[in-house]
Amino acid sequence: MARGVKEHATWSPYENNGGTCVAIAGSDYCIVAADTRLSLGYSILTRGHSKLFKLSDTAVMASSGFQADVRTLQKNLEARQKGYYHQHGKPMSCPGMAQLLSNTLYYKRFFPYYSFNVLGGLDTEGKGCVYTYDAVGSYERTGYSTQGSGAELIMPILDNQLKSASPLLYPPRETATPLTEQEALEIVKDTFASATERQIYTGDGLEIVVINKDGIHKEYLDLKKD
Amino acid sequence: MEHAIEAFKREESLGARHSGAAAASDGKIHIERTQYPYVTGSSVLGIKYKDGILLAADMAASYGSTKRYKSFQRLKPVGKHAVIGASGEMSDFQQISTMLDELTLRDQMWDDSNTLGPHEIHSYLNRIMYQRRNKFDPLWNNIILGGVKNGKKYLGVVSMIGVHFEDDHVATGFGQHLARPELRKQWRADMTLEEGVRLLEKCLLVLYYRDRSSINKYQIAKVTEEGVTISSPFAIETNWDLEAFQNPTKNAEGSW
Repeated sequence: MARGVKEHATWSPYENNGGTCVAIAGSDYCIVAADTRLSLGYSILTRGHSKLFKLSDTAVMASSGFQADVRTLQKNLEARQKGYYHQHGKPMSCPGMAQLLSNTLYYKRFFPYYSFNVLGGLDTEGKGCVYTYDAVGSYERTGYSTQGSGAELIMPILDNQLKSASPLLYPPRETATPLTEQEALEIVKDTFASATERQIYTGDGLEIVVINKDGIHKEYLDLKKD
Repeated sequence: MEHAIEAFKREESLGARHSGAAAASDGKIHIERTQYPYVTGSSVLGIKYKDGILLAADMAASYGSTKRYKSFQRLKPVGKHAVIGASGEMSDFQQISTMLDELTLRDQMWDDSNTLGPHEIHSYLNRIMYQRRNKFDPLWNNIILGGVKNGKKYLGVVSMIGVHFEDDHVATGFGQHLARPELRKQWRADMTLEEGVRLLEKCLLVLYYRDRSSINKYQIAKVTEEGVTISSPFAIETNWDLEAFQNPTKNAEGSW
């Protein structure tokens, strides 16, 4: 083969299996939600695939993107969490897990995990916290976020409806929502229903997890299957 | 993302025979990896039914457009509780079969009256497929694994780059496009063996009509709590009686 002549690749180590993830932090709760559709091109692989992963009683991660990388990332973090728990005698805090996730993603900076994550939970003071990531570990703590196929459709709605302080303010104010758990839940359900209408990769089912001082409560609703 | 692929491609050569890196006479590292499949199997279907799992596949292995092998078994039992079916490169499937046989043999040699269930085997498969993808040398298969253990039914798929999931009905290749819609419409959790087989036969027929690399010779594998059975080869009745086939060119544009 002549040097300098690039061969055309016949397969890609990546594919996008779609899906949308949302997380919203309140004063004493956190909501993490994701749809349950797994796609490939114009096909639906399965309608009942969970994108949520419980890392501890105070941290739940939602990830969309390339499913094989997402699953590997989940296993990786789970192993690290268990090791931490056995070494320190207590589970990792959500902010601690947030840093670990960022480092884990950046570790593969030159062959990334094609995984778009939001991490939600309670911080060490019991306040809701949300961390949002790109595929290589760039992250920030924020009051709410979305990642995945329907993110562009959902984010503006959250900006408009959650009544949080503007992230543009200086000095910076916390952007957790002042709404109640029930009000925030209704917004989550509505935004997913809306994204399902206009987005082919979002639909089939919605899994919602609410984290507060009483623990973790899971809910499931159907979304449109077309 | 493109960085890693570009870096490997730049130094590609068809020289070294082994899949690892080897220093060649010009000092550059030459790496060989899977680019294309050669001998391929087409769709595999799988469904859960009342008593367990049913898998179905034809017995063709094609060499490009030639139907080279017509008695190729694409369904294999794995241990006592599971069966695996593969589409894609058949030599890779044979290697995977060997790996799984080694796994189950080692498991049996522990002699601790505990056997690997379908979920564990699927997990092992997932990791193998993903690790090969990480090395840019994938096993070019789409694999369905079904099994029953302690009353729990399991049906999962894994692709050549490690994407995996479970469902009540699964299919690879053309089956994903042609059979899944029918399965979605007709599948029920309480189907009897006869109903399950009839549903699979209906899907296999569609695939025979519409997938040019399929043949009318199939095997169906059944897994229940009692164990695994793979049927002897059988054919399905086809109907070419349609009026449009009598005079095929009659309404075709530009024909005479």
